[in-house]
Amino acid sequence: MGKFTEDDLKKELETKEYEYGFYTDIASETFPAGLNEDIVRAISLKKEEPQWMTDWRLESFRLWKEMVEPEWANVRYEKPDFQAISYYSAPSKKPKYDSIDEVDPELLDTFNRLGISLEEQKKLAGVAVDIVMDSVSVATTFKATLAEKGIIFCSISEAIKEHPELVKKYIGSVVPQKDNFYAALNSAVFSDGSFCYIPKGVRCPMELSTYFRINQAGTGQFERTLVIADEGSYVSYLEGCTAPSRDENQLHAAVVELIALDDAEIKYSTVQNWYPGGKDGKGGVYNFVTKRGLCEKNAKISWTQVETGSAVTWKYPSCILKGDNSIGEFYSIAVTNNYQQADTGTKMIHLGKNTRSTIISKGISAGKSQNSYRGLVKISPRADNARNFSQCDSLLMGNNCGAHTFPYIEASNKSARIEHEATTSKIGEDQIFYCNQRGIDTEKAIALIVNGFSKEVLNKLPMEFAVEAQKLLEISLEGSVG
Amino acid sequence: MNLKNKLLSSYIAFEDHLEADSPIYDLKSKAIKIFENEGFPSKKMEDWKYTSLNSLLKTDYSLSPKKDHAVEFKEVKQYFLHDIDTYKIVFVDGVYNSFLSETTHDKMDVCLLSAALSKPKYKPVIEAYFNKVAGKDSLTSLNTAFAREGAYIYIPKHREVEKPIEVINFATGNEAALMLQPRNLIIVGENAHVQIIERHQSLSENAVFTNSVTEIFAEKRAYVDYYKIQNDKANASLIDTTYISQEEQSNCRVHTFSFGGKMTRNNLNFYQRGERCDSTLKGITILEGKQHVDHNTLVNHIEPNCESHQDYKGIFGDSSTGVFNGKVVVEREAQKTDAFQQNNNILIDDKATINAKPQLEIFADDVKCSHGCTIGQLDEEALFYLRSRGIGKKEARALLMYAFANNVLESVKIPELKRRINKLIATKIGVHLGFDL
Repeated sequence: MGKFTEDDLKKELETKEYEYGFYTDIASETFPAGLNEDIVRAISLKKEEPQWMTDWRLESFRLWKEMVEPEWANVRYEKPDFQAISYYSAPSKKPKYDSIDEVDPELLDTFNRLGISLEEQKKLAGVAVDIVMDSVSVATTFKATLAEKGIIFCSISEAIKEHPELVKKYIGSVVPQKDNFYAALNSAVFSDGSFCYIPKGVRCPMELSTYFRINQAGTGQFERTLVIADEGSYVSYLEGCTAPSRDENQLHAAVVELIALDDAEIKYSTVQNWYPGGKDGKGGVYNFVTKRGLCEKNAKISWTQVETGSAVTWKYPSCILKGDNSIGEFYSIAVTNNYQQADTGTKMIHLGKNTRSTIISKGISAGKSQNSYRGLVKISPRADNARNFSQCDSLLMGNNCGAHTFPYIEASNKSARIEHEATTSKIGEDQIFYCNQRGIDTEKAIALIVNGFSKEVLNKLPMEFAVEAQKLLEISLEGSVG
Repeated sequence: MNLKNKLLSSYIAFEDHLEADSPIYDLKSKAIKIFENEGFPSKKMEDWKYTSLNSLLKTDYSLSPKKDHAVEFKEVKQYFLHDIDTYKIVFVDGVYNSFLSETTHDKMDVCLLSAALSKPKYKPVIEAYFNKVAGKDSLTSLNTAFAREGAYIYIPKHREVEKPIEVINFATGNEAALMLQPRNLIIVGENAHVQIIERHQSLSENAVFTNSVTEIFAEKRAYVDYYKIQNDKANASLIDTTYISQEEQSNCRVHTFSFGGKMTRNNLNFYQRGERCDSTLKGITILEGKQHVDHNTLVNHIEPNCESHQDYKGIFGDSSTGVFNGKVVVEREAQKTDAFQQNNNILIDDKATINAKPQLEIFADDVKCSHGCTIGQLDEEALFYLRSRGIGKKEARALLMYAFANNVLESVKIPELKRRINKLIATKIGVHLGFDL
């Protein structure tokens, strides 16, 4: 084989089609486009929700109508027309399956092409999969094992029906309806999502994971996730997504709420690979997500995210460290290529005494993309001995992309200790030369260096995801050295 | 009547003094329109998120003081760098004071902006430089509209100015509340060197609100060393905006020492317009009481192979608040940029607050950019070490604070000034160690 030059790599990367870009034709029941109170009521009715939930949605909708879209983020995009979106779509054949054989074969085929074989997933030690295809939960496994421990892991619509007391108590408690424009929208129209409750003192025996896919043209996806870890419990929750190739923009506005009661620990990992748009910047998913966790006394919430997809990302998984001695962590890798734009980061709000937080953010930008880190570390006057360490590193490939850092640090307590560090660099020619010299081709060398750069974050991912994430990084980046 | 309306209506009267056909007139009428549209900045604006002007705007300021007031040299001697010879441009209540000043036209110009604006011989220079780097934000525009006095410094090619130049604005307190809008224009020619010290000082406890704008042009290989001393009285507020345009291989250093004043806002903007420029921004902030200091810096790397170094230290006591908003922009063409930014803060008292926002915006890939920001306390172990060696608690703390600030202090190039700042720090933290750093 001749020398594989950087230009070849670039070409290969540019021509590489989105690997998961295909479209499954499942007869689905879709609402007409547009949003008004009737649609909100219809969604609620469709989900057979109790009256309080309908009222809650309507209240959110009324709040949303008063709000305007935020513009402060460092991203530029064509604003979605909220009246042109269909707010509900569900695969119409919707029996509850007992075994995998009963699932629509076409659907199964989709998953197989995605590389997620259910059988394989089932066999994979300790992973329960709740597959969400176009907003409606299709198959749930390992439910029995979880039920034994008293763990509730189901779709949020099921939870609204079966555990209304829990949902009523916690929904909107961390991300209020009027929190922001997209959170309000989500509160009004969320179609489905996951609900998880770990009872007191229970350590969840397996990684809980959900796969999301957007599958219907012109359908916004509004997921709502609620994870409650009761006193002294532990759960590790995994979320991963891929979406088919599409030319018009798709809106994804999810809300994730985590509640860690006293001494509880939640580990929330995400691998996000929504369709990033073509290499000319057309299409792609808009990902406007509100994720927030609340820590009570001695609790710990750890966010880990690998962001490789979406045309526009706007996402700040945050921790409110309310209880004394609580801990918040945020580990993130955000990769942008072509015309992707990402504005992502975290908020660590220190309210309790002796609270600690760690932020490790790695941004990698290539092509013509823009990658921003935006974070807030806030130490309230009563948060004695709060401690924060933040590190944001950016890697740039080529001079058509941008890397930006917007850290906000607000300290109003004299015992606070805050350290913030940010660096920006490129992959050194000497590093590549060193690898070349030892017989490692340029493509592999870049993968190696990027992996090394991201190691701190990749290490935090659960085993199954670490492998997938590493693969994603390689696919998204190889050949983009400038 | 609120301050904005007062300013707008008094502009009409002020306008009458201007010649209607001069280019300056045009500039000023455009500027007042910008201010009219935008008004004073509010906390809703990203750049003013942590600093509110509301308390300042409630005061009824006098915009044009009645008569210039005689000030005896002995009254104000302490504010000058009196132990060495310097050029001095002194303004009292916004009016030039020839008695206290020492200007020159000997192969360079150290004089008044009003003279430069009105005399035809300066016309080419004014046309080439005046208001050319200044921004179009509302406060700068307000200054552009109203400014009639300030320092004009023109250093021609290859000229090394032998002694520092002091620019001092006194406010006598004749008026219950006074608003000043000085405007300085400084042009440093090719390969020329200059050291400038700027100070705003009120002589009474009466309220003063200064909205100062300075434009500095550093031509090729020019060297500009600029010091800002902000140690004003408790009722004085200052918005100090500086724009620096740098050409190839020029070196500009700005040191800001903020110890006094009620509210101080420093907008320091560097534009590197040639290759191999070097910019240095350093500052020491020591606050107590209810003081508020906001450092807003911008370094815009436009051309390749440039460097910038920022180092700001802050010590915050009582219920003072500090803001550091440092922005480094590296444009696409600015390859091989080396930008470094550091901001260290110590909180001494429970009610003190620090808000920091170190920002990087990078569009070029082959660059070395980093920033660090820390907030912490004096090291207990270091304190213990000193105390176990018989050093009193107060002295030990002072020693550590000195050490903390020393990085910035040691790069002050004028020994007398360094000694003076040392003394200011000693008074501010209430301990004199009996040695100079």
